[in-house]
This record gives sequence, C-alpha cells and structure tokens, in this order.
Amino acid sequence: MYFKMVSGSIIRRRSRMVVAFLAVAIGATILSGLITIYYDIPRQMGQEFRSYGANMILVPEADGAEADGVLTDDTVRQVRGCLDAEELVGMAPYKYEIIKINEQPFMAAGTDLAEAKKTSPYWYVTGNWPVRPDEALIGKEISNAIRIVPGDRFEISGTDANGGIFTAAFQVSGVVETGGSEEAFVFMAGQALFDIIKEPVSYDVVECSVSASSARLGEIRDMIEANTAGVSPRLVQKITQSEGTVLTKLQALVYLVTLVVLVLTMICVATTMMAVVTERRKEIGLRKALGASNGSIIAEFFGEAIFIGILGGILGVVLGYFFAQFVGSNVFGRDISMRPLLIPATLLVSVLITALACIIPVRRATDVDPAVVLKGE
Amino acid sequence: MDLLEIKGISKIYGEVKALLDVDLNVKQGEWLAVMGPSGSGKTTLMNIIGCMDKPTSGSVILDGTDIAGESARSLTAIRRDKIGLIFQQFHLINYLTALENVMVAQYYHSMPDEKEALDALGRVGLAGRAKHLPSQLSGGEQQRVCIARALINYPTLILADEPTGNLDEANEQIVIDILGKLHEEGSTIVVVTHDAEVAEVAERTVVLEHGRIARIIQNEGHADRKEKP
Repeated sequence: MYFKMVSGSIIRRRSRMVVAFLAVAIGATILSGLITIYYDIPRQMGQEFRSYGANMILVPEADGAEADGVLTDDTVRQVRGCLDAEELVGMAPYKYEIIKINEQPFMAAGTDLAEAKKTSPYWYVTGNWPVRPDEALIGKEISNAIRIVPGDRFEISGTDANGGIFTAAFQVSGVVETGGSEEAFVFMAGQALFDIIKEPVSYDVVECSVSASSARLGEIRDMIEANTAGVSPRLVQKITQSEGTVLTKLQALVYLVTLVVLVLTMICVATTMMAVVTERRKEIGLRKALGASNGSIIAEFFGEAIFIGILGGILGVVLGYFFAQFVGSNVFGRDISMRPLLIPATLLVSVLITALACIIPVRRATDVDPAVVLKGE
Repeated sequence: MDLLEIKGISKIYGEVKALLDVDLNVKQGEWLAVMGPSGSGKTTLMNIIGCMDKPTSGSVILDGTDIAGESARSLTAIRRDKIGLIFQQFHLINYLTALENVMVAQYYHSMPDEKEALDALGRVGLAGRAKHLPSQLSGGEQQRVCIARALINYPTLILADEPTGNLDEANEQIVIDILGKLHEEGSTIVVVTHDAEVAEVAERTVVLEHGRIARIIQNEGHADRKEKP
C-alpha cells in the first residue's frame, strides 16, 4: 500500500516530479563527473606537467673533498629500480665537456638521446634527433654563431682526460630551440663523448621526469637517498611547486563548483517539493483526518524523495561518466579513469541531498491542519 | 448510554465566538442531525467532535475519554480508531482506485485487507466498481466510496459533513438509505446538513444559531421512515 501510494503520487504529479528528478539527475551528473575529474586531475595534470621537463635531478653526492659520489650507468640503473615504471616518464644522464668549434668555446653534452627526448618534450628540433654516433643536435645559438644547419658537418676539438688534444667530426642532424641555455649546447650520444674524451662513464647530472604529486616526489627523493649510495637527488622546485599550486587551485575550483551545483539542486528539489506540498494540502489533510500520524506523512514524502533521489542518482552516474570522458578528451586529450566507488557514493549523496531538500516541505506537510478537509467549498 | 457528552463547550477565535456554552449528548446508536445557517458554528462543532480541534473551554467526552485535554497525537489516534468521516467533497485520492481509497483508511488504522475493503464497497453497492478511479465514478458513487472508507475500521461514531450536499436527488436518497441501514445496524451517526429533508430522517435535529443551540427537534420523519417496510 505504501509503495502504491508513493509511486501513484509520483506518477500522478509526473510533470512536477520530472523537474525534481531532472534537478537531482543534473546534480548527480555534475557530482559524479566532477569528482571523477577531481581525483583524476593529479594524474592528468602530472602528465601535462611532464612536458615542462625534468622535475628531479640527481647529482653526485658531495661528501667532503675526499669521497665525492659518482654517477655511472650502474647508478642510473639502481635509481631506475627504485621507481615505478608507470611513474617514470624519462631519465637522461648528462656528461658535460667544454669543446671548441671553429676555435669558439661551447659546451658538449653527452646523453641518452632517447631518454632526453622523453624528459624534455618541449624541445623544438628542426631536422632530426641524432641516430648515428657521429650525429649531433646543436643548439640554435651555435647554429647562428657558426652558421651550420642540419646536414652540415663540423669538427669539435678539446683536451681529453690524458691531457692530449682530441678532434672529432660530426654531422648536424638537427637544431634545437628551447628558449633556454640548451641552445648553446651540442648534444650527442653519451658513449660517443666518453670515447672522444677518453674518460670512463661518469655523469655530471641525471635529469628525471617523474609523473607524481609533489608529496610522492618527496617520498621518491627520500627513497633514492636512502637506497643509492653516492647520489644526491634534488627536486626541481619551480616545476614541482607550480604543479602543486595548479593542482590545489584546480581541485579547489572543482570542489567549489560541485558544492554550488549541489546547493542549486537542493534548492530546486526543495522548491518543487514545496509546490507539491501546497498542491497536496487537501490530500495531506485528508490523510491526517483518516488518522495518519505525522510519521506516516513524513515516511510518504521521504519515500517519494528517496525514490526520486535513487532514480536521479542512477541517471547521474551514467551521464556523469560521459561528462567526465567529454571533459577528459576535450581538456586533457585523454580518457579519464572511472572510480567504481563513485557509483554508490553518488547514489547516496543524491538520496541525502533530496532528503535534505525535503526537510522544510515535509515539515510544512506535517503542519497541515486536518480540519482543512472539513471546511468544504 | 451516552457515547458523546459535550458539556459547556465554547470556541473563541480572537473576537469571534464560534461556539458558546454548548451542551449536547449523543446516545450510543443514535442518529443526530446538526443544522444551522452559515456561521452558526456547525463546522466548529464538527471539528471538535471529529477530534480535529479543541474547545477553548468545556469538555467533550467521547466513549469515556475527554478529548478536550488530549494531545494532537492522541487526537489522531482517537480519530483513527473511533471516528468514520464522510465529507461533502468526498475527498477521494484521485490516483488510487475505489478499492485502494478504502484500503488507505485500513493502512493508517492497522493493516490493509483487500477482501474486507471489497466487502465494505459491497455494502454500499460498489463491489463492481472497485477498480475504478474516482474520475471514472459519478458523484453519488464517489460519496458511496467515501462512506465505505468511513465504515471500514468499524468506527464508534460516524461523522458526516453535508453528505448529500453535492448530490442529485436520486443519489441523495441512496446515501440516506445507506446511512439509515447503518443506523439500523447500530451505528451512531452525527450528520451536519443544510438540507431539512436529510435532517428529518435523523432521530433528533440540533439547530445551531450564533454558536448556541437554538432548539432540539425530535423528528417524526425518522419514526415514519422506520415504519416503512
């Protein structure tokens, strides 16, 4: 009988109830969509921020004058082992050496070029990245200074580890523009540089690009520090801090919008239910005249509210998923991962919001005087 | 034995004195009509007897309980258990069938029982219209559903407010006949009416004027009606 009365009332007042249902559905859509985005923002933005370059660098540990640390291929492998493969975007070790081209001094950087491409996706290369050991990427500044372009050959010279003079010929594979100091560098394969300068493998710095929150980056730094001897990991503060700030602001914005939408949903549902109560004054009066307790009236109205809340919540979960995917593909250019826990959470919040919005209308319903039905018209 | 004892009740709304020092007794099984012009206090008296209002002063003893001193919650329980209400406007819930409208009263009283509700509709000659919505019923049929709803919980007192006010002559007679049958079965009935013909079939008629009982009439029409085969 209870279900018959609740469902009958909803079906009979379907035009009004559709308004309340749509309000709940829209609220639930925004809620589930934005919360999905809220939790996916760190991942999405983390990937966006990786395009700004390395956010952690490793340098040899300066442990006094006697026993400075050394960054070798083994060290790089060890550090790589400390990191989650999914978190690590790229890890490029660099060896710097002063060289001369046409008697002008420049800096040569030997690195793992494939990894450098991953850690520095913002580099703009005209031409190609080096493939052969005798190919090099030159900075825009060098290209302008000595007027060489991709395809041209050039010779570098300098002093090797044994004090001898070295010379080596390279072909320009591409010219790199970064807007930074890299434009004054010659980038080549690490092994090629070590062979020329006749030095064992020992890097000056390792640039790491890790997709993680600043808190997680701090954990990774501590882990590397504890597990890898001779290495001093440092966070690139300008990247990690601005990433943290942007994330906090974005999440606060999403939180605020969700809150506003929920309040608007509540107002809409409350207004609709208030109109329903006004419309049903006589019916409520009749029910009370027949002996319905306030508890019964409350149970019937909340029954309707919960019914609307559940239906609106279910539609909201479905639409929220598509909403999140739409935002993900249009804003971040990637899919957003759905959290299964959001389904019951959205349903629960929809029901709670609807029930909360009904408190004032239901109170008004219980205030209806049963004598209203005896007055006649 | 008196089912209802009203002793010196007054009801005052600000400056308006709706009822003034009214005394009235209704015996178990009696059929009483309350008549009077608009503003005479009929509705106020109905509300008080029907446990929907309380007097400003005086006492109203219904089946041994002074309802004047009861809380709103107790009044709801008394109304549910002891009073069957018949309305001029029928007040059926229009999205429920005739049967379900009767079952609503059962639902608030105890437990809906479809068979019992069908029997009640049968008593008012509407068993065949049980599945119809109020909009599919005539005014007379709607009033009979309202009567079936009032009877379903076996009330101590049936309170009818202008039960024929919205009906044509034929349906008015049907309703009067049903009330007469209920009275013969021992029900106590209080009918508020403007219609002298309806009042006449009651055992007594109380005439209210300006919130006071102007006169009480013993109806001969009731005796005549009882004598009819």
